[in-house]
Amino acid sequence: MAMVTAAPAAGTVPAWGRARAGRGIGATAMAVAAVAAIILLAAPGLLAHVSPTATTSDILKGPGAGHWFGTDQLGRDVFSRTIYGARPVLIASLLGVLLAVVAGVALGMAAGTAPRWVNSVIMRVVDVLLAIPVLMIALILIATAGSGVRSIVIAIGVAFTPGFARVVEASVRKLRAAGYVEAARVFGSSRTRTSLRHLLPNLMTEVVVLGTSAIGWAVLTATTLSFLGLGVQLPQPDWGSDLAAGATYLSSSWWLATFPGLGITVTILLANFIGDWLMGALDPRDGMRPVQGFRALVLGQRRGKHGLAGLAGRAPAMAGAGAGAGEAKADGTEAEASQ
Amino acid sequence: MAAFVARRLAAAVPVLFGITVVAFLLVHMVPGNPVKVILYGSQATPQQIADLTHQLGLDQPLWAQYGRFLWQLLQGNLGTSYLTQDSVAYELLSRTPSTLILTGAAMVVAIGIGVPLGVLAGARPGSLADRAARAVSFLGVAVPYFFLALLLVLLFSVRLNWFPAIDNGSFGALVLPAVSLGWGYAAILTRLIRGRIIEEYRSEYVRSARARGCAEWRVLLRHTLRNSSIPAITTIGLQFGNILTGAAVTEVIFGRAGLGSYLATSITSKNIPVVQGAVILIGLGYVLINLAVDLIIGVVDPRARLA
Repeated sequence: MAMVTAAPAAGTVPAWGRARAGRGIGATAMAVAAVAAIILLAAPGLLAHVSPTATTSDILKGPGAGHWFGTDQLGRDVFSRTIYGARPVLIASLLGVLLAVVAGVALGMAAGTAPRWVNSVIMRVVDVLLAIPVLMIALILIATAGSGVRSIVIAIGVAFTPGFARVVEASVRKLRAAGYVEAARVFGSSRTRTSLRHLLPNLMTEVVVLGTSAIGWAVLTATTLSFLGLGVQLPQPDWGSDLAAGATYLSSSWWLATFPGLGITVTILLANFIGDWLMGALDPRDGMRPVQGFRALVLGQRRGKHGLAGLAGRAPAMAGAGAGAGEAKADGTEAEASQ
Repeated sequence: MAAFVARRLAAAVPVLFGITVVAFLLVHMVPGNPVKVILYGSQATPQQIADLTHQLGLDQPLWAQYGRFLWQLLQGNLGTSYLTQDSVAYELLSRTPSTLILTGAAMVVAIGIGVPLGVLAGARPGSLADRAARAVSFLGVAVPYFFLALLLVLLFSVRLNWFPAIDNGSFGALVLPAVSLGWGYAAILTRLIRGRIIEEYRSEYVRSARARGCAEWRVLLRHTLRNSSIPAITTIGLQFGNILTGAAVTEVIFGRAGLGSYLATSITSKNIPVVQGAVILIGLGYVLINLAVDLIIGVVDPRARLA
């Protein structure tokens, strides 16, 4: 299996500073992110004391004492708009990813435990959906459902589901070969019960890692959609639409677009950092990280027999291992024992 | 080799079909009657409405409509725009070259920056070059391309006046959009190639090449780069769909006339045939690029032909 040993780097995460950062930084980052998310979602008023939609006569003032981030063309406080603008973005990306995780896991498990031909049909459909760029799928859905945060949530959910489904299906197929799963079936466990009781817990690690790395992409997609005017409508604050609105004032009042943009950048950075750290922390294997990040998935490192990228980018044999390296070892020894 | 090509082609066909199904279903997922949208504003009699319905085939069962849709597709007919009554194929294809140029330029930037940086970083891990590469990569991955576009405009257009912010048909107007779009993918390529070169340096053939007295640069360029380029080719090829949609957004920012702005307005005005046509074109493009990438890799790496 020369391909397996020679080819894995494309799907793995290069250990640039992340793995070496240690548990401390990652855990702190997660805590900070969680607190920030809660505040920004539930109580933005704690940070910004001015209403984001209140117009004043202080038009296009630069950042200063009264207005930390300046004011926009209607005299609204940019700092307040930046703080309140986080909410639609966070709602869209977090809920969207949650939706995609639930749907993707369900679909992947159904396909992985189903008879061969059902599996084929489902995975072909998944292939088709993966062929269409994420933004395109989102745009199509918004074309039908109209604009707004709810549509973006659905769009992200639907667009990201095939990615999760594919990974879960591959893991399930691998896990099914394990001794304890066969034993459960032999003892009369129904398919649903096997799925829930035996397969799902072992998928959890992989799903959590994939989900967290997906959040960064979801934020990017959500803000791109609202940048195009398909999200929250003005005068409600939102990073994407404020960025677009501020673009016209770029030459004169740079602060209008810059702060929402920084908000987006920082959020994506944080999400990616946490995702990468989780990947390293939850995977006891040293050196290579066989758990696929969402980035690797989106970059087209497909698994299994569908396409070459599966060979060039992945070591399929290690696909499910990240879900529980312990399980993988257990599989190995059980497989050997049964021979 | 022939069997491999045939297998890849065969695998592509169901995906193409699936894309047509998705595009077809689009019309039927949108709330509202397409006929009413077309005849909007004009005082249409019920007879005219019925006529148009029959003409569009909307009174037929779903499978018959799909068959008709597919048949038209195979003849190159992508439908008619609700708004202008022009052929969708014409409207999309006339705007495609501009977008393709931007996409191509972005890929040039991505490869032109990403590959050399990745090679330098991989050849000397931990060095200054490596740290510079890491910084570039960091920026590219973290900063969303539309924000990067605005920042670049702020710096190079507004402050320095080196490049125009809005498209004026010149080559210089291509620079900022291409860089803002391509930087992200350059970052991805840098990390990829760097990782691969570090891996490759550990392998047997590098050791034996060095033992035989092969010069270091030759080891790097002649031996390791070739093997490292496979995931890079795959990635950049498969990213084509994403780069294309990114180009659409970038066009809107820089005021370039192309698919992007057209698609955006079509979506907001619910001009479904255009969106349908775009789905098919982009899906088709993606499948073809995928196929090309698979075939190229089949040529470059004989092991891959076994798939």
